[in-house]
Amino acid sequence: MADGQSNTTERFLPQTGLQHLIDLLTTDGYEVIGPQLDQGAIVYDTLTSVDDLPRGWTDRQEAGTYRLEQRNDDALFGYVVGPHSWKQYLFPPLTTISTADRTDAGWEFQTPSEPPPRRAFLGVRACELAAMKVQDRVFMGGVYVDPAYQRRREAAFIVAVNCTLAAPTCFCSSMGTGPQCTQGFDLVLTETDAGFLIESGSDRGAELLEQLPTREASESERDLGKAARQQAVDQMQRSLDTAGIRDLLLTNMEHPQWEEVGKRCLSCTNCTMVCPTCFCSSVTEVADLTGDHVERQRVWDSCFNIDFSYMNGGVVRNDVRSRYRQWLTHKLASWHDQFESSGCVGCGRCITWCPVGIDLTAEVAVIRGSGSATNEMHTDVAMQGET
Amino acid sequence: MPHRTVTPGPAALTHDPWLSHSVRIERLVEEMPGVATYDLVFDDPATAAAYTYQPGQFNMLYLPGVGEAAISISGDPGEPGHIPHTVREAGNVTHALAELKIGASLGLRGPFGSAWPVDVCIGGDVLLVAGGIGLAPLRPVIYALLRNRDQYGDITLLYGARSPEGLLYADEYTDWRSKGLDFQTTVDRGTAGWKGNVGVVTELLNRMSLPRPEQTWLMSCGPEVMMWYTIQAALARELSREQIYVSLERNMNCAVGLCGHCQFGPEFVCLDGPVFRYDRVESMMKVHDL
Ligand SMILES: Cc1cc2nc3c(=O)[nH]c(=O)nc-3n(C[C@H](O)[C@H](O)[C@H](O)COP(=O)(O)OP(=O)(O)OC[C@H]3O[C@@H](n4cnc5c(N)ncnc54)[C@H](O)[C@@H]3O)c2cc1C
Ligand code: SF4
Ligand code: SF4
Repeated sequence: MADGQSNTTERFLPQTGLQHLIDLLTTDGYEVIGPQLDQGAIVYDTLTSVDDLPRGWTDRQEAGTYRLEQRNDDALFGYVVGPHSWKQYLFPPLTTISTADRTDAGWEFQTPSEPPPRRAFLGVRACELAAMKVQDRVFMGGVYVDPAYQRRREAAFIVAVNCTLAAPTCFCSSMGTGPQCTQGFDLVLTETDAGFLIESGSDRGAELLEQLPTREASESERDLGKAARQQAVDQMQRSLDTAGIRDLLLTNMEHPQWEEVGKRCLSCTNCTMVCPTCFCSSVTEVADLTGDHVERQRVWDSCFNIDFSYMNGGVVRNDVRSRYRQWLTHKLASWHDQFESSGCVGCGRCITWCPVGIDLTAEVAVIRGSGSATNEMHTDVAMQGET
Repeated sequence: MPHRTVTPGPAALTHDPWLSHSVRIERLVEEMPGVATYDLVFDDPATAAAYTYQPGQFNMLYLPGVGEAAISISGDPGEPGHIPHTVREAGNVTHALAELKIGASLGLRGPFGSAWPVDVCIGGDVLLVAGGIGLAPLRPVIYALLRNRDQYGDITLLYGARSPEGLLYADEYTDWRSKGLDFQTTVDRGTAGWKGNVGVVTELLNRMSLPRPEQTWLMSCGPEVMMWYTIQAALARELSREQIYVSLERNMNCAVGLCGHCQFGPEFVCLDGPVFRYDRVESMMKVHDL
C-alpha cells in the first residue's frame, strides 16, 4: 500500500514516458486501470495504452448536470472526477465474503481464497486519495478488519495525478483534502504542456521511477508544474464551512430544513452510489441449484433505500426527511465520532449526480443560517441555457 | 475511536469477521408457540474451548441459503460450552430455524456487542426490567448475579408480557427466587386462573420501594416504548442517568461495524451497543425516525 509522502524531488517525464509507465506496470503483473471515455462520461476501466485516456476532453459539471466537452489542447488529464471512483475496485459493488458447503458432517464455512487482483490505479486525484484513507479507517482501522478490502488495498499500486483545474462542484480545498496530492500514493504526476513532473511517494514508487526515462526537472519546468497546480486552487468556487460542523448538525436534528430537503430529494440513492466514501452494504445469499453450495455476496446498499432500516416493528426511517438527515449527519457529523475524520472529501460527485441538484454545501449553509438551498438547480439550468 | 465497553479477545480478532463457525443444535425447548430456545454447541473443540461471552452479547446465527439473524445469548456466561438462544419467529431466518431439529447444523458468528454492567453494580441494588422476549438478553445477568449473590444488595426482576403464556422460562422462577431474586411478573391481559398482576411493568416499578436510589442500577430490555417509560419512572425515583442501562435493537447485517445498517446517531448498535448506558443515548432516543 502506498503510504509515503513525496520523498524525492520532482523529475521530468516526457509525454512519451507515460506509455513506459503503463508498460512497466503491466510487465510487473498489474492490471492498469485509468480514466477513459464511455457513454458520455469519463469513467475508470482497464487500459493498455495512453491512447485509451480521454485526450483533449474535459468535463463540465454543475449541480445536477455533467457533460463532456472538447478542450483546445491534447491534455490527457484535463478534467476532474466522474461518476466512478476507485471504491469500486477496493470495495466492489459485489464481493463474495464467505461460502458454505453442505457436507456429511454438516455445513462447512470458508473465506474465499483466490488472490486479490493486482491493480495499478492511474489518475488518482487528491480527493480520491483522501477517500481511500477514509475507507481505510472504516474497513481496516477499527476493531474488526474487512479481509476483502484489506487484500485489495494492499495489492493496489497508486499513480496519482494532480488536478490542474477545478469544477464548480469541487470543494476539496475547504475539506483540507486537495487539490494537491500530498500523500498516499506510489507515484504522483503533474501534467504540463511540456510533459509530466513526477515524484515518488513510496519505495516501490521510487523503484519504478528509476526505470522510467526521466531526467532532472529544470526550474522552469517545475514552475510550469506549480502554475498548473495553482490553477486548480484558483478555480475552486465552492466551499463547505466545516467549523464546528459536527455539533452544528447534531444539535439541529429537528431543523425545518430536513423537511424542506426531504421534499426535493427523490431518495434515488445516486449520491451514495457515486460517493467515494459511502460504505453501506447488505449481504445476500446465492445458492446453487442443489442448495449445497452457498455464497454470501456483499452488495452496495444505501441509507436512502427504505428497507435499509427495517426492523420487526417497521421501518425506522420511513420518510425521505429522516433518510436524507441520516445521510448528511453521518457524512459530516457522526463520522467524526466513529472514525475521527469527516466522511466527505469534497469531490462534488453527489452534487453533480443528484438528479434534482441537491447540494450538501448549500444544505449545511441553510442549517448554519447563512444561505438558501432551494433554487440551486434552476439557476444552473438557466445558466446553461444561456451559453 | 468511540469508547467501547467490550474488547474482543485475540481469537475473535484474528478470525475473519465474516466467517461463521459450524455449530449444532444440542437441545431445543419450545417456550411458547413461535418461541423456542436452541442450545448450540461448536463442532470444533478448539473453538468451543476458546469461546466465552458476557451477559448482553449476541451472536449472528446463519442458515446458509436463508440468511443471518442477530440473536442474544440467553445462557449462563459461566457455562459457555452450550450457548442458548431464545428466538421468536419473525421472518425468513427465524422461521427456517424453527424447522430445524436437534442435531441440525448451522453457522454462528460472535460473540458481538457490549455487555450489561454486572461488575459496575457490585455492592449495589440491581433492578432488572424486562418486557416479553426482552428477558432473553437479561437471563445471563440473572445467572451471573445469582452465582455471586453475596456481592449484591437487593436484586429485583420486574417482568411483563402480553399474556401469562408469554412469560418466558417459567420453570426457572422457583429456582431464581430460592437463590435470592425478588421477582414480580405482570401481564397486559390476564387469563382464567391468572392471579398475578395485570398492567404495565412500570406500575410495578412505581409501587416498589427503592431504599437507596443512589446505589441502584437499572437494566432494561424490551420494546423501545416500554424501556422509555421504565426510564422515566426510574428517573422520577431518583436514579441518575449513569445508573440506567438499556439494550437497543436496530437492523443488523454484519454485526462488526462494516455495513452501516445499525447506526443510531454516532453509535453502531453492533459495536457500541446493544447495551448502552442511558446518558450516552438519551438525546438520540428523543429524536424520531433516527
Ligand atoms: C442485538 C440484537 C439482539 C437480538 N436478540 C434477539 C433474541 O434474543 N431473540 C429474538 O427472537 N430476536 C432477537 N433479535 C431480533 C432478530 O434479530 C430479528 O427478529 C431477526 O433478525 C429477524 O430475522 P428473520 O430473518 O427471521 O426475519 P426477516 O425475514 O429478516 O424479517 C423480515 C425483515 O425483518 C428485518 N429485521 C427485523 N429485525 C431485524 C433486526 N434486528 N436486524 C436485521 N433485520 C431485521 C429483516 O431485515 C427483514 O427485512 C435481536 C436483534 C438485535 C439487533
Ligand atoms: S459526500 Fe459528496 S462531495 Fe463528499 S465525498 Fe461524498 S460524493 Fe464527494
Ligand atoms: S440527495 Fe439527490 S442523489 Fe441523493 S438520494 Fe436524494 S435525490 Fe438522490
